[in-house]
Amino acid sequence: MPDQEKYNQADPLSEAGAGDEEMQSAVESRLMDLGTMEAQTLIKNERLKDEPEVAPAELREAPRSLWQDAWRDLRRNPIFIISGLLILFLVVMALWPGLFTSTDPLQCDLSKSQLGPTSGHPFGYDTQGCDVYARTIYGARASITVGVCATVGAALVGTVLGGLAGFFGGWLDSVVSRIADIFFGIPILLGGLVFLSVIPSQSIWIVVAFIVVLGWPQIARIARGAVITAKQQDYVTAARALGASNSRMMLRHILPNAIAPIIVVATIALGTYISLEATLSFLGVGLKPPTVSWGIDISSASDTFRNAPHMLLFPAAALSITVLAFIMLGDAVRDALDPKLR
Amino acid sequence: MSTATSATGGSPRSVTADSVDAPLLQVKDLQVEFRTRDGVAKAVNGVNYSVRAGETLAILGESGSGKSVSSQAVMGILDSPPGFVTGGEILFKGRDLLKLGNEERRKIRGSQMAMVFQDALSSLNPVHTVGMQLGEMYRVHKGTSKKDAKLKAIELMEKVGIPAAKERVNQYPHQFSGGMRQRIMIAMALALEPDLIIADEPTTALDVTVQAQVMELLADLQREYNMGLILITHDLGVVADVADKIAVMYAGRIVETAPVHELYKRPAHPYTKGLLESIPRLDQKGEELYAIKGLPPNLLHIPSGCAFNPRCPMAQEICRSEIPPLHAVTELDGTPLEGRGSACHFWKEALHG
Repeated sequence: MPDQEKYNQADPLSEAGAGDEEMQSAVESRLMDLGTMEAQTLIKNERLKDEPEVAPAELREAPRSLWQDAWRDLRRNPIFIISGLLILFLVVMALWPGLFTSTDPLQCDLSKSQLGPTSGHPFGYDTQGCDVYARTIYGARASITVGVCATVGAALVGTVLGGLAGFFGGWLDSVVSRIADIFFGIPILLGGLVFLSVIPSQSIWIVVAFIVVLGWPQIARIARGAVITAKQQDYVTAARALGASNSRMMLRHILPNAIAPIIVVATIALGTYISLEATLSFLGVGLKPPTVSWGIDISSASDTFRNAPHMLLFPAAALSITVLAFIMLGDAVRDALDPKLR
Repeated sequence: MSTATSATGGSPRSVTADSVDAPLLQVKDLQVEFRTRDGVAKAVNGVNYSVRAGETLAILGESGSGKSVSSQAVMGILDSPPGFVTGGEILFKGRDLLKLGNEERRKIRGSQMAMVFQDALSSLNPVHTVGMQLGEMYRVHKGTSKKDAKLKAIELMEKVGIPAAKERVNQYPHQFSGGMRQRIMIAMALALEPDLIIADEPTTALDVTVQAQVMELLADLQREYNMGLILITHDLGVVADVADKIAVMYAGRIVETAPVHELYKRPAHPYTKGLLESIPRLDQKGEELYAIKGLPPNLLHIPSGCAFNPRCPMAQEICRSEIPPLHAVTELDGTPLEGRGSACHFWKEALHG
C-alpha cells in the first residue's frame, strides 16, 4: 500500500507506535488511518459530484399514478381476472356469433318444437322449433349492446350535468338536482311500461334511450358529489391563483380526481342495465322479435317451463353470468380505485 | 445559494428610480366581509399597503387577523359567496384590479402576479406529474407545445434547486419531500416571471432547517428577478431576515407598519410589543413566558374603539370609544421616522415610554 505511507507520515501517532515497537498501538494507528482514509475518499467523491447521488434510472421505482396503481392491484385480483375473461368472451360472442355456431337462430322448424338437447343442438329447441344454443349465442349481442350503450350514455349525460351542477353550484345546481330528483322518483318498471308501450317502434336504440333517461340521475348525483369534493381541494385554488380558466380547472384538475367513483358506479350499473333490458323484454315492452334477446327467450319460455325447462334454463343462465361478470368487475374496480383500502 | 447574501435586509437590493415613485401594488382602504349565516364578519377593515418592485413586505398577524383574506382579495381568488370585497382599491401597475373583468383578472394571475401556498402537498394535483403541472403554466398562458413545456419545467426545477430534475420531472407530487414540494410550488409561481409573488405562509408546513432553505430560495429568486414579494406569516422569526418592511395586522386592520429592524428594536404598538415579548428567549430560562391575555376578537363582534383594547395592558377610556387612525410615528423631538405608523392612541408611550 504505497498510499498508506503518506498517511503514516502525516500522523504522529503512527510514528510513536513504530518507535515503541508496540503491536497494540501500531494496530490502533493503522485502524485510525484506514478510518480517515475512508472518510476522505467519501468526501472527495461527494465533492466531485455537486449533486447528491441518485440511483440509476432502472433501479429506481418508476412513478405510479392512481391508475397505474389500480391496474397493478387489478392484475393480481382473481375476481377481476375471472370477470374480465368472462366479459371478453361475451364481447367476442356478441361481435362474432358466427364463431360459435353455424346455425341461424331465426331458422326454425316447428316439427322440433320444445325438443330436448340432441347431438349438434346441445341446448335443444324452443316452442317455435328454433335452436336454443344459437339463440343464446346471438342473444348476447342485444344484451351487451344495450348494456354498454346505455351505460356510456347515462355516464356521459350524468357526468356532464352532475359535474356542471357541482362546479358552478347556485341556481344551475338547484335546477339540475331537482330534475334529477324527478327522474329518480319514476319507478323504472312503471316508467318502462308507460313510455315504451306508447312508442310504436321497438328498436334497440329506443330501449337504450329509455334506460339513459332514467339512469342518468344516479350517475349525476355521484358526479356532483365527487366534483364538489374535488373543487374544494387546495390544488384547484392553486390552479385558479395561477390563472387557469374554468374549463381548464374542470377538465384538467377536477375531472381526473372525480372520475373514479363515476367509473365504479357505471360498471356496476352496466350489469343492472342488462338485466333491466331482459326485464323489459320479458314484460313485452322492450325488444320485440325478430330481434334475438335473452329477455325475449326467457319471456316465451316461462309459459312452458314445466314441459321444457331447458328453454328457460340456458338464456337465464347466460343472462345471470353476464350480469354477475359486470357487477364483479365493478366491485374489483371499486376496490382498486379506493385509496382507503390500500 | 449562500446564506450570507440573503441574510441582510434591504441593502443589496437595487430599486430603480421609476419604481420608487410608482409602487407595483398599492392597496387602498381595502374592505372584505364574509356574509355568513350568523351575520356579517368583517375580515378586512380598511387596509392600506404598497409594495415596490424588488421589495419584500411581510404581513404579520395571528389566525383570523385578515392577512390571508386581504391577499386573496388581491389575487382575486376569494370564494364568493361568502366573501365580498366591499370597498377600496387594489392598484396593480396603476390599474384598479377591482374594476377589471373576470377574464382580464385571470390573465393577470399567474403571468403577472402569482401565489405560493402554505401546504404544498394539497396544492399540487395528485393525479398529474409535477412536470405536467409546471409545464401547464406555459401551455395555458403562452401556448407552448407539450415538449417545450416539459423542457421549461426541467429548467425551472433546476432553478429552484431540485436535484436530478430530468428524472424527477415525471414523478408525482407524493414522491417528493415537503421541502421539495414547496420548491415546486415556488417554481410554479415563478414560471412566467411575475412582477409580484404573494407567499401565504410558505414555510409553515416545513421543518426548521428546510424553512431556512426555502426562505433563502425565495429571497434569492426575488432578487434575481426584481419582483415584489408579499410574505404572509405568523412567524416573527421567518420574516426578520428576509423582509424589508412589516405590516402587523389585528382584526382586519394594520396596527403597525415599520421597516423590519425598527419594528424589532422599538415596537410602537402594544400588540407588536406583546408579540415580541412572547417569543421564548434563552436568557429568560425558568421564568414564565409572557403571553398576550385573552383571545383574538370574534370578527362578527369586533370590540368598539380599538379592537385590541380588551387585551391591551395600556388601554384607557378613549380606546374603548375611538378607533385610532394609523398615526405617523416620530422621534420624541418630532423627527419623522420614515415608513413607520402605529394605530394606537398611545403610540408615544409605547415607543418611548
